Amino acid sequence: MGTSASFEARTKVFCMLLLLLLCCFGGKCELQESKPSATTTLKPLENEFNKPQAFPDEEAASLPVFTMDYPRIQVPFEFTLWVLLASFAKIGFHIYHKITIWIPESCLLISIGLIVGAIMHSVKEEPPAVLNSNVFFLYMLPPIVLDNGYFMPTRPFFENGGTVLWYAVVGTLWNSIGIGLSLFAICQFEVFGVQDINLQENLLFASIISAVDPVAALNVFEDIGVNEQIYIVIFGEGLFNDAVTVVLYNMFTFLADLPVVESTDVFLGVARFFVVAAGGLLFGLLFGFVAAFTTRFTHNVRQIEPLFVFMYSYLAYLVAECFSISSVLAIITCAITMKYYVEENVSQRSCTTIRHVVKMLATVSETLIFFFLGVVTITTEHEWNWAYILFTLLFAFVWRGFGILVLTQIINPFRTIQFTFKDQFGLAYGGLRGAVCFALVFTLPDTINRKNLFVTASIAVIIFTVFLQGISIRPIVEYMKIRKTNKDLNTINVEVHSRVMEHVVCGIEDLCGQWSHYYWKDKFKKFNDHVLRRILIRDNRAESSIVALYKKLELQNAIGLLDTPMGDISAAPSIVSLYDERKEASRPKKKFLAADVRKMHDILSNNMYKIRQKTMAYTNKYNLPDDTRTREILIRRHASIRRSLRAESFRDPPSQNIGKSQKYYSLQPGGDLENAFALRRRSHGASGSQSSSSRSLVPMRRLNTIKESGSAGKQPAASAHPHSPPPGVDVLEEREPGSLAGPSLIGRRVPASRSHISDQIDGDEDPDESEHTGEREEAPEPPRGWVPDNQGLRNNGAGNPLLRPPSQGAWGSDH
Amino acid sequence: MGASQTRTVHKYQDLADKTGFSLEQIKNLYQRFQHLSGNEETISRDNLESIPALANNPIRKQIIAAFFDKRNQHQDEVGSCNEIGFEQFLMVMSHFRPPNAKTTEEEKEAMRKEKLRFLFNMHDTNNDGTITLVEYRKVVEELLSNSGDIGQEAAKAIADAAMLEVASTNVPHMGPEDFYAGITFEHFEQILEGLEMESRMHIRFLDVNTATMRCGKSQS
Repeated sequence: MGTSASFEARTKVFCMLLLLLLCCFGGKCELQESKPSATTTLKPLENEFNKPQAFPDEEAASLPVFTMDYPRIQVPFEFTLWVLLASFAKIGFHIYHKITIWIPESCLLISIGLIVGAIMHSVKEEPPAVLNSNVFFLYMLPPIVLDNGYFMPTRPFFENGGTVLWYAVVGTLWNSIGIGLSLFAICQFEVFGVQDINLQENLLFASIISAVDPVAALNVFEDIGVNEQIYIVIFGEGLFNDAVTVVLYNMFTFLADLPVVESTDVFLGVARFFVVAAGGLLFGLLFGFVAAFTTRFTHNVRQIEPLFVFMYSYLAYLVAECFSISSVLAIITCAITMKYYVEENVSQRSCTTIRHVVKMLATVSETLIFFFLGVVTITTEHEWNWAYILFTLLFAFVWRGFGILVLTQIINPFRTIQFTFKDQFGLAYGGLRGAVCFALVFTLPDTINRKNLFVTASIAVIIFTVFLQGISIRPIVEYMKIRKTNKDLNTINVEVHSRVMEHVVCGIEDLCGQWSHYYWKDKFKKFNDHVLRRILIRDNRAESSIVALYKKLELQNAIGLLDTPMGDISAAPSIVSLYDERKEASRPKKKFLAADVRKMHDILSNNMYKIRQKTMAYTNKYNLPDDTRTREILIRRHASIRRSLRAESFRDPPSQNIGKSQKYYSLQPGGDLENAFALRRRSHGASGSQSSSSRSLVPMRRLNTIKESGSAGKQPAASAHPHSPPPGVDVLEEREPGSLAGPSLIGRRVPASRSHISDQIDGDEDPDESEHTGEREEAPEPPRGWVPDNQGLRNNGAGNPLLRPPSQGAWGSDH
Repeated sequence: MGASQTRTVHKYQDLADKTGFSLEQIKNLYQRFQHLSGNEETISRDNLESIPALANNPIRKQIIAAFFDKRNQHQDEVGSCNEIGFEQFLMVMSHFRPPNAKTTEEEKEAMRKEKLRFLFNMHDTNNDGTITLVEYRKVVEELLSNSGDIGQEAAKAIADAAMLEVASTNVPHMGPEDFYAGITFEHFEQILEGLEMESRMHIRFLDVNTATMRCGKSQS
């Protein structure tokens, strides 16, 4: 071995090449080199050669350096490769995302599966035997259902609960029985050659076929924002008819084995149906509450918090499966029950983790199923019977449409908002068949004599609905102009007023002495606040959704500020525009030098953390660093920014002076901020990096001036800061004659304040100083939950100019 | 008995034309009205405030006030009265009628506007055509009144933020001298423009009175 590093590296490369060559020639490599790690994967041929021993004596004597045990890793290895392949495919067609707008993802996945299947078929490779009944029910289905349950929009679901269940349960039964009986009728004709399929098998097949899987339809509906009612009905239908289908499936597989079905069996089947459903609900509720209760105590072990969600829901699933009651229903109920409480108990990060992992698992599982569908379509033996398959298609389509029509006529009189014919068409057309359907049919027991025909027919139905309906549903729905709703209205006003509306409706109903879901919602909320939250949630202050939304917006705002060094600060008041801002934030208009960025980070962290917190606790490997505090500070800082903005827009009468730095923040939206920076840059000449780095800080420093102004006397005398009084009083002693002039002056005043701010920042880089400011800025007690930073507002109290009647003159509002 | 029967039916028909309720609905509501008022001709604030089911409603006061607000009674009057009769009661209720299949688009639009106006009037307590910050704060405060102290403080911040939101969306270019006096009805419509009202602010008034179903015979 050489001494120099380069030589060593070259040797390594050389050795590896050598190894590769040797392996290719099938020799048994026994080089006494010291790089076993690099070579373990390079020996794929060992098994085939059945110990081709180049040096048999040595082999016997010494430890083998290179060994390979492919069978040992085969299953997980191939599984990983499959997942990877499917994921690559997903990445592939999301790169070009015009495709996914017009063609649903499931279509693309199936297509790729078909291609892969064709390749495998041409090289006579068997598809991996991964998908069997156990694998599907124990590993593939739970993530999909958990995802559905966890992300179900709870409020619209409970508002439309009856309708959803009606369609899901009765609709699925209707479809199964309708399709089953019609197919059985077809089987009676000798011409079609399918007389050997008996009634039970037909019903079994029909129950498989009738499970709609509306993922593709949902994507479309979500994209174009159809009204909430039809969305939730389709969503809930897909969710609960899985449960119904699985129950029916189990029942009919059992019945299909019986030679003779007696009437008692049918009654027992019906009874069982209810037992299965009720049992599923019960187990779900039980495990959901236990999970919520557990997370009450996990605040010291944040890093395993997300685990509880998965373990408990999986446990619910398994236990339900063990008693052969509806495991799907159990996991859904569990997810719905625990979500609300768990998300309040766990930290923000765990919450994000949970959501991501749930989504990820479900995506992987579904991707795999669709992918396999494509592969299997090519590689298995098909039994093609034109008549049976075409009639299946026809009946699936007809019964679906007919069912929706009839069921809607029955349910409509009970609904406040009735489904129109357009809605009904959307519902009927959204009934695509998907992954669950395929998996169910593929895992049919081999005792069914026409299994291959069923598989073929199911695949035909799936491919037909997914491709034809899936692709055409978007244009059709858009063309028909189904009533739409705007879902992205995340403004405080909307939230406040929807709340008001709910309360009004509830109140009026109380006045009328009528009960509807608002009544029950009210009752449940009371029960929830008084009993459940106390038991299940650690920090059980009841929180209105308005406050929650406000918090969320503040958080986004704060993160936005962090993300957007160049951010249009003056636009901050408009929360609506925040979303756009966030989008823009991902691609800043100007690029920063790495040094700049680093400096920004330094300054930011100096300002944000207490100095002693900078040594972060990475010492314990089982702990995650806790950054909640930072975020709280950031939010509070941000709240004060907003307050200052508010101060200018509402509070300050023009007769009162406005401090320079405050004035700076009252630039018009999209106004001459850049000018200000330009000026500043010019004035500081060479220190360009300094200026741009401090720019990011503007919002942060802004706080400072506000907060510190409360203790203005403590300000360093050298500061160019105008002697600003506490913001609560809002009277500035130092009057500038020009402050009454229009916006033209603002721009001119900005440079001054800029330099002042950056002076302060420069000062802050001195550790002592920053520690000092840190201490001063932070509230004495650690932030717990969301302590609204309303110090100033409260102080304002009665003397707040904001509360002055408008007759006293116009308030300054100059953003 | 017969004469009074026809008279009431006639009266109901009159009301049905005015408010759009069906006769059965009016009959039900009239029973409820009598129940609330204690068989009086008019209903007072105290009657409504004593409804136990309403006790937990955070905006109870506003809802009750809306009933006595003349603006909500399709009259061109302002101010509030102390007692309302059944007709006024129905008028207020009629704001919450759901649209049916026959409602045209224009009618739906009008209904939406009417509902928004109802909300607006509820917030605009002093009836000057604007919701001022003080009034807005009051609303949010009431909404959050169940949340304790935090609610009190957060309410102000939220109302301020919401007000700012309205100001910034409606008057994007305010001069420094300008002052956003409050939310006018136009602005109010503007901010709730995207909100789907068709699924909100509706009550399915029952045709059959469930509460008195069993004693229905004895009354007729």
